[in-house]
Amino acid sequence: MKKVGNHKSFSKIFFSVAFVLVTSLSVFSQDAAKGKELFNTNCAACHKLDAKATGPALRGVEAKYDKEWLYKWVKNSGELIKSGDAQAVKVFEENNKVPMTAFPQLSNEDIDNIIAYTSEPAPAAPAAVPGAAPVATDAAADSGVSNNVILGVLSLVMMMLVVMLFLVNNMLTKIASAKGLEVEQKDRSLMNVFRAYAKNQFLVLVSVIVLLLVSAYFAYGWMMQIGVDQGYEPVQPIHYSHRIHAGENGIDCKYCHSAARVSKHSNIPSLNVCMNCHKNISEVAETTATEEHSKAFYDGEIAKLYEAVGWDKSLQKYTGKTKPVKWVRIHNLPDHVYFNHSQHVTVAGVECQTCHGPVEEMEIMKQHAPLTMGWCINCHRETNVKVEDNAYYKKIHEELSKKYGVSQLTAAQMGGLECGKCHY
Amino acid sequence: MASNKKYWKSVEELNENSSIVETLRNNEFVEPIPVDQFLGDKESLSSSSTTRRDFLKYVGFSTAAASLAACEGPVVKSIPYVVQPEEIIPGVADYYATTMADGFDFANILIKTREGRPIKVENNNLEGAKTGANARVHASVLSLYDSLRLKQPKIAGKDATWADVNTKVKASLEDAKAKGGNVVVLTNTMASPSTDALIASLVAKYPTTKHVVYDAVSESNALDAFQAVYGVRALANYDFSKADVIVSVGADFLGDWQGGGFDAGYAQGRIPKNGMMSKHIQIESNMSLAGANADVRIPMTVAQQKQALADLYYAVVNGAQPKNAQIAKAAKQLTSAKSKGVVVTGLDDVNAQLVVLAINNALQSAAFNPSDAILTRKGDAKAVAQLVADMKAGKVHTLIMNGVNPAYTLANSKDFVAALKSVKLSVAFSMKEDETSSLTTIAAAAPHYLESWGDVTITRGNYSIMQPTIRPLFNTKQFQEALLTWTDNTVTYYDFLKSFSATSLAGKSWNQAVHDGFVASVASPLSAASADYASAASALAQAKSSNFDLVLYSKVGMGDGQQANNPWLQEFPDPITRVSWDNYVTMSKADAEANGFKNWNVANGGLNGSYATIKVGNATLENVPVIIQPGQAKGTLGLAFGYGKKLGLKEEMQVGVNAYALYANLNSNQSATITVADGEHEFACVQLQKTLMGRGDIIKETTLEVFNTQKAEVWNPVPMVSLDHKPTAATEVDLWDSFDRSTGHHFNLSIDLNACTGCGACVIACHAENNVPVVGKSEVRRSRDMHWLRIDRYYSSKETFAGDIELKESAAGLMNSIDTFSSMEDPSENPQIAFQPVMCQHCNHAPCETVCPVAATSHGREGQNHMAYNRCVGTRYCANNCPYKVRRFNWFLYNKNSEFDYHMNDDLGRMVINPDVNVRSRGVMEKCSMCIQMTQAVKLKAKREGRAVGKDEFQTACSAACSSGAMKFGDINDSESDVAKLVESDRMYHLLEHIGTKPNVMYHVKVRNDK
Repeated sequence: MKKVGNHKSFSKIFFSVAFVLVTSLSVFSQDAAKGKELFNTNCAACHKLDAKATGPALRGVEAKYDKEWLYKWVKNSGELIKSGDAQAVKVFEENNKVPMTAFPQLSNEDIDNIIAYTSEPAPAAPAAVPGAAPVATDAAADSGVSNNVILGVLSLVMMMLVVMLFLVNNMLTKIASAKGLEVEQKDRSLMNVFRAYAKNQFLVLVSVIVLLLVSAYFAYGWMMQIGVDQGYEPVQPIHYSHRIHAGENGIDCKYCHSAARVSKHSNIPSLNVCMNCHKNISEVAETTATEEHSKAFYDGEIAKLYEAVGWDKSLQKYTGKTKPVKWVRIHNLPDHVYFNHSQHVTVAGVECQTCHGPVEEMEIMKQHAPLTMGWCINCHRETNVKVEDNAYYKKIHEELSKKYGVSQLTAAQMGGLECGKCHY
Repeated sequence: MASNKKYWKSVEELNENSSIVETLRNNEFVEPIPVDQFLGDKESLSSSSTTRRDFLKYVGFSTAAASLAACEGPVVKSIPYVVQPEEIIPGVADYYATTMADGFDFANILIKTREGRPIKVENNNLEGAKTGANARVHASVLSLYDSLRLKQPKIAGKDATWADVNTKVKASLEDAKAKGGNVVVLTNTMASPSTDALIASLVAKYPTTKHVVYDAVSESNALDAFQAVYGVRALANYDFSKADVIVSVGADFLGDWQGGGFDAGYAQGRIPKNGMMSKHIQIESNMSLAGANADVRIPMTVAQQKQALADLYYAVVNGAQPKNAQIAKAAKQLTSAKSKGVVVTGLDDVNAQLVVLAINNALQSAAFNPSDAILTRKGDAKAVAQLVADMKAGKVHTLIMNGVNPAYTLANSKDFVAALKSVKLSVAFSMKEDETSSLTTIAAAAPHYLESWGDVTITRGNYSIMQPTIRPLFNTKQFQEALLTWTDNTVTYYDFLKSFSATSLAGKSWNQAVHDGFVASVASPLSAASADYASAASALAQAKSSNFDLVLYSKVGMGDGQQANNPWLQEFPDPITRVSWDNYVTMSKADAEANGFKNWNVANGGLNGSYATIKVGNATLENVPVIIQPGQAKGTLGLAFGYGKKLGLKEEMQVGVNAYALYANLNSNQSATITVADGEHEFACVQLQKTLMGRGDIIKETTLEVFNTQKAEVWNPVPMVSLDHKPTAATEVDLWDSFDRSTGHHFNLSIDLNACTGCGACVIACHAENNVPVVGKSEVRRSRDMHWLRIDRYYSSKETFAGDIELKESAAGLMNSIDTFSSMEDPSENPQIAFQPVMCQHCNHAPCETVCPVAATSHGREGQNHMAYNRCVGTRYCANNCPYKVRRFNWFLYNKNSEFDYHMNDDLGRMVINPDVNVRSRGVMEKCSMCIQMTQAVKLKAKREGRAVGKDEFQTACSAACSSGAMKFGDINDSESDVAKLVESDRMYHLLEHIGTKPNVMYHVKVRNDK
């Protein structure tokens, strides 16, 4: 379980598949399922099946220890150690002398169930799961084909129209010559057209103006994108996937970017925040891997975190040797702009995605909005001030809305367009 | 077959041995220029002469490379904490209570830190805190980031480890103990009980140890007097809010007299309430801050002051009538005020100090509080003199110094330096490699107070805690840590302090005490023993002066000179002379004329002056610039300490002359002779217009009598203008449509000219809050100073400002007017003085806004005049159109520019920059923003917490720094706030009201008590 994967969609499939596998393979089927539930609620914070976490790996624990001893250990390991039980003391010392929480609430039957779960053989690489993928690909292909067909038919119709036009023209010329009418043959060479054009001063003037305007338009457009880094997606020292964290695991943005609630900055989380979860999550689930990035790749990125924060995975200890991560900053407001996250996040209740885009779908974070002043101002013009349950706004909103004759004030009407509000 | 014809290009080719042909042949296919080799080899590069073509190639290449490189946006790295400290949230300021104690300035303060960096000093406003952070305290945060600090301990000038230092000192102490050699611990006044305990334990371990306390600027005589009467080496405390009549004889109690910090109480009594305000009579030689604020100022020489004090004593104690009419009047007021009267003196004379104690006791003065005595000066002039004599005689084996710089501050520093050689081991704990620590065997790098733990007793009823607000920047150790090591005590100083302070916390927990920064308690009463006051008074009455009386003083900006490398303080204009970056001798106009000293303005507006040579006894001080000071008593000279330092300072800061050289016997009253020296001195004076020219509408002033008996229209008239040829009140005429400002906040700043003492704490606070650049002496001289807030000082041309107005109105006829007006440019011999802080007035009808061609300056609904720096193109129209001259132009880039080598030019100094305020660039206009970042922050906090903004929650840097309560800031739409009441006050007026700018800064008419 501690291999955290994409809980929402894939995990269901995976577990149902696993469940089917388990029921067919195991005689303890019922027990193991219950045991898994118990394991996840009680044990998973410190134990993994196949890897050492705070406590030792638990797969095959039945084979190592006597069941009666295990009952006692699980229910109250501290007492067992105190009583001087040699095996208990040994286990205690082997695991950095971290005392295990006592679980007096677990019955022997519960413990049996958990043991049953831990005794299941390690699953082979889940071959069945990726099976879902091709179906999706087919569906995508289908819509592609239909589009192509429509386009093809349309172009065929157009071609037929052109051919028909040509034929009609030919027919008319033939009729004309048959009737003895002379078809005027103008000199349509490019040179002549140009001469005629050059003679018409008005046309020249107009086209020069148009040309200038168009080039000014494009030049302006080009100049305005200087320093605008919309779509900036730099390579980061650790391949951190917002898709996995915010998307698949649904972690709230402000869990990591907690300063956004109270500060002008939305902080890049310090590494101890990562370790709140990653102390226990040292590898991703098979299902987290994508075609682009393998499981080994993601595991490698977690290893980079461990190195930076100085976490020894095998000893489950901090080494004290830290290497701060030099993230590449993506959203760079110029120094002359004052922007405060808490005003927008806490006071206005603006969703992070409004400015940062669908972060939960981004494999690698990128700048979604242009972050230009025009972009800021547009939003201030359109967005109503969130005044509900905020005593600060009560009086001022009443008076101002009366003044402007509106029921809801926009940020602009509240003064959100004044220069000094952002530039000082 | 190819032709055999040979083509030739010139006749020269026919000549077989032509060197030209040879050269041309060789040069036809030149080899590619080995740029790498060429540019890589510095030697050949410098020895070769680059041809024009090569030069163009290099230029072309580098331009192309530079522009190519510039095409790519910079990659900004963000490095989060590995483990984020709980209390630090990036972008949110933390405040810590601590106590400043550097031997000269002591104050309970709050330190604002951002991301772990202290960036600003704030007043600690908890009840009972000893606050009143002055300009130097506010500036001290920048001294933390002084790039010339001593970064590690040094032994004999070489970098060393603390282990080496400790071994060496311990060995020397043991040696002294074995041989019976004297060990002397020489410190400034630390006022730290825990340090005293540590020194006592050192004395216990090494019994030949003696502790000598040395204050660079000594109060030794006052201490001796107080000790004689009360048995405690301390200074009497005064609460001027309880006094109705204040007579000060030479005491600049609004400056640094006896440690300062009296202005808050003084200002309370100066704001007229129910028709009452205190009466302040100042008798002094130099024009001091206290003298500038006095109702009556009597200039006198030191000898005359002594006699006056004796007369006061006889009048109060014996009921005798003083001969001098002014003194007689003062004595009469004093005796009739009884316990509501108080006398203070700054005369550096034991008798004078004794007499003052006697007078105050005789009056039973309520303002006089000997029990809560001040403990921030302990220095003993005799002991210091004895120490130098002992050192000379080779009687000192080991000398350990902390926080002192005698090689600079002693008048006989030459003796000290020579005698230092006979000391076997000398240690100086110092933040700087200064005059002393560069000579001692060991220069022990000491931390700044913001990096230190400590306890301080500012007064007897105060126990303050000093806590570090940043991890030590360098490899420094506190003196106390070293004492612990030397006495073989293994606890850290923090642990020692924590357990030591347990008895002094008066019921507060340690955490609470650290949180508050101090513990206040009621001081045990001290009873006065009898002393021979009569003979003291008669000795005073005998005082005579010969030559000039030189009165040495400390400037509000520089103090004792410890922070001389602080550019904020150097650029801070002296409140009285308005001269920055200098010290100078002040003298009266009569003396100057008699002795041939001059001040004059040169073509660019700069102030120039003559040089003087001053002699005191055998000591001579050469090239002392002269300032002619209105109000200076005839026959007296004034000279400020703290300048003329050479070591541990950036070159720009090495200004002024060292007045300590004349500070014989640590006495600030000296007899001197002065002669003219060659040359002329260039001052950096920020105010050249000295007088108000009778313009009573700029500083409105009235007397208490008029204020009490007449209507407001009389003493605070609204200016009249002509509308349709009829006189109309200026406030009723409007060129513009008015804008409804009754909704939301409307910020106003109120400045009470009665409470403003001109101390300048606001100026430095503004510097710190708003990243105001320092421009240096030559730029200030060109009137390019950047202070967002200036405190204008005006002298009256006649005896009083009222006299000026009368004179102006009586002037008739062209010639007469010209004569009158030009005579009014000269201040009186003993003028009245008025201070007026001026910052951007945030006019509702701002003249600057209408002339900006790019709309860089615009008006906010909340009353602030905004300035969008990035929009400004630097036309300076706004500055030209501003009637208050408060806009400042960035003539140069003042940060990261070696031409302006102040704090913004080094990485360490830039740590003090407030991250919420933009650092302006060259070519941009800037000005006071009414601390919009602070008002915005308060609003945001209220919004986040979903509540209305609290009463008087809004502050600006200046109003928060103003301990006298002269500046009040707030929202006039909030009827609860102070400013909403102040804006309705009778005394309220706006600066230059007749031009109709409708400012959001208001002033209050100054009332003088002329009774």
